[in-house]
Amino acid sequence: MYRYDEFDHAFVSSRVDQFRDQVERRLSGELAEDAFKPLRLMNGVYLQLHAYMLRVAIPYGTLSSRQMRMLAHIARKYDRGYGHFTTRQNIQYNWPRLSDTPDILDELAAVEMHALQTSGNCIRNVTADHFAGAAADEVADPRPYAEILRQWSSVHPEFSFLPRKFKIAVTGAERDRAAIQVHDIGLHLKKDENGRIGFAVYVGGGQGRTPMIAKKIRDFLPEKDLLSYTTAIMRVYNLHGRRDNKYKARIKILVHETGAEELSRQVEVEFAALKDTELKLPEADIQAISTYFAPPALEARAEGWESLARWKKTDPEFSRWVHQNVQPHKHPDYGMVTISLKPIGGIPGDATDAQMDAVADIAEEYAFDEIRVSHEQNLILPHVALADLEPIYRALVVAGLATANAGLITDIIACPGLDYCALANARSIPVAQEISTRFGAPERQAEIGELKIKISGCINACGHHHVGHIGLLGVEKKGAELYQITLGGSGDENTSIGEIIGRGFEPEKVTDAIETIVDTYLGLRNDQSETFLAAYRRVGPQPFKDALYGGSAQEAA
Amino acid sequence: MVNKVLTANRLSDGISVWLDASGNWVEQLQQAFIARHAEAVTALEATGKLAFEDNKVVDANVVDVEEVNGTLRPLRMRERIRAEGPSIPYAAGYNGLAGPNFAA
Repeated sequence: MYRYDEFDHAFVSSRVDQFRDQVERRLSGELAEDAFKPLRLMNGVYLQLHAYMLRVAIPYGTLSSRQMRMLAHIARKYDRGYGHFTTRQNIQYNWPRLSDTPDILDELAAVEMHALQTSGNCIRNVTADHFAGAAADEVADPRPYAEILRQWSSVHPEFSFLPRKFKIAVTGAERDRAAIQVHDIGLHLKKDENGRIGFAVYVGGGQGRTPMIAKKIRDFLPEKDLLSYTTAIMRVYNLHGRRDNKYKARIKILVHETGAEELSRQVEVEFAALKDTELKLPEADIQAISTYFAPPALEARAEGWESLARWKKTDPEFSRWVHQNVQPHKHPDYGMVTISLKPIGGIPGDATDAQMDAVADIAEEYAFDEIRVSHEQNLILPHVALADLEPIYRALVVAGLATANAGLITDIIACPGLDYCALANARSIPVAQEISTRFGAPERQAEIGELKIKISGCINACGHHHVGHIGLLGVEKKGAELYQITLGGSGDENTSIGEIIGRGFEPEKVTDAIETIVDTYLGLRNDQSETFLAAYRRVGPQPFKDALYGGSAQEAA
Repeated sequence: MVNKVLTANRLSDGISVWLDASGNWVEQLQQAFIARHAEAVTALEATGKLAFEDNKVVDANVVDVEEVNGTLRPLRMRERIRAEGPSIPYAAGYNGLAGPNFAA
C-alpha cells in the first residue's frame, strides 16, 4: 500500500500544527465560532447532536494492521470505545472532545492518516472497489489511480471552494462494487482493443434530495489523461455549477440542466487546452505509484482445498460463513473474506476497539497485513489462503465478528440517523436492528437470498436508500418518525434509483411492511435463483403495492 | 404558552448542556430552568446569545418542553434524543448518557 514520503509527512504534520493553533485560539476565545467552523470542518470535525464528531479519511478504504490498531487506540483513549465505519469507506468517532482533536490528528499522522477533506466543498475521500487487487474479474487495480487523484486533489487551491462537495469513485472490474454511477465522477478502468489501460468516465451521478444516475461522457480515456480530463470536468463545474442554491449546487444538477452532450463538449474544450500540459501523467509516475499497490507474493497453498472441505463437513456454521462471506480470489488457493459489521440486531458499521484490534491481529497473522473498508460498512481481508480460513473464522467468532450474512437481508446499510446526526429527521439504527432481528435466522436469510436494504435518516441519503433493493427513508411528519419505502434501487453496474412504493410507515409498522414485501417476493419469484431485484424488475411495483396497501386509499397518501 | 428551556453544546467537548436556574450549564435536562412566560423566554434567548458570544457554548437554542408527572419532556424527538443520548445501547460497558428508560 502507499507509504508517505518526506513531503507527505511534512505536509500532514504541518496541518496538525496549524489546526492545534486554531483549536487553542478557539478555546481561548480569540477565534469566534463563525471563523472557526470552516476551519474545523476542513479537518473533519463536525458538531452533532450529543458531541463533536471526527471523520477520519481511509483513502480508497485501504488500511494496514498498524493503522487499524491506531483507530482502536483512538476509540479507547479519546472516545467511548467504538467507531463507526461509513458508506464512504471512512471511520467516524462520535464523542471526541474538541480540545483532544489536535492530539488525535497527531496520533493519526504517526500512522500516515489524517482527516483532511472529509468535509467541506472540496474533493472528498476517493473511494474504490473494496476487492481491488484481489478480485478475479478485475482488469487493473483501481487504487493507484485513486491515490494519484488523492495526491492531486489534496488542498488543490483551485478546487478547495467548489459550489458543493465532490465525490469520485473508481472501479477496475466488470462488476461495479464501488457504486460509481451514483458519484459526481465515476471511473471505470478498462482496456481498449490494443490492451491499453484507460477509463470510461461517468459524471453527474448522486443520491441525496435529487437522485441521478451518472451519464457516461467518455467511453475510453487513456490513463495518461486522467488528471487533465478530471481537471477539465472540475473547471466546467467550478465555473458553471450553481452557487445560488445549496440544493442545486452538485454537478448532477449542472449535468441535468446543461445536458450531458453540451457538458461533455465544454469538458472537451477545456481538455484540449490541458491535455499536453504538466497534468499529463508520465508512465514512470504511474508505475511508481502502482509499485506501492503490488499484490503480496501469494505462494501456492493447494492444501487448503482439502482441509477446507473437511472443516466444512464437520462444522455447518463455518460452512455457512465460508459460503456467504468468502469470495473467490484471482489466485485459486485464496479467498476474499468479508468481516461482517452487521451482527444480528446490532448497529451497522460499528466496531469496538477490541474488535478493531482483533481484525488487525488477524490481518497481520494471516492476511498480508491488509484490511479494507467496504462502502457497505463491512471490513474485508482481501488476500486469505483457503488453508487459513478455519483459524481466521475461530478468531472472528471470539471477537463477535463471524456473522455469516454478507449480501443478505441482515447486511443492512444504515446511516447514524437521529441517534447521532444533527441533520437527521428520523432514526435509522433501531429500524435496522429490528429488521435484522426479525430476519436473523440463518435458514430464513438463505431462503430469501441476496437482498440489500439501505436506510437513511434524512434526504441527504448517507444510508444510500435510493440504491437499496429495498430502501427506507426516515422523515418527520407531524413531529413523529415515518419511513418511506422505495423498491428496485441498485448501486452496481446496472444502477437504478428505487421507486417510492406508497405511503410511509410508522416505526412500529415498518418491519411488518418489510416482511410483507419479502413474503410477496418469495411468493412470486420464478425460483430460488431469481433474486429480489430481478423479480422486482420483472413484475414491477404493483404486486408489492397490492400486498402493502390492499388497494386502499393509503397508497396514494 | 409552551414552556421552554435553553440548550446548547459545550464549546470544549461538544456535550449537550442545559441552563439551570443558577445560570450554570448542566448535563441534565431535568435540572434545566423552565421559562413559563414570554419575558423569561426572552431572557433565556439573551443568555444563550451571550454564552455563545462569550465562547462558552455553541449552537444555543430555546426548545419547547412539557412536564409529564414532574419530568421534563422536549416536544421534538430530536431534543428528547439530545437529552437522553442515543436511543440504543451503543457502547458496551459505557452508560454515561444512555438512560435505562428511554421513551422515544
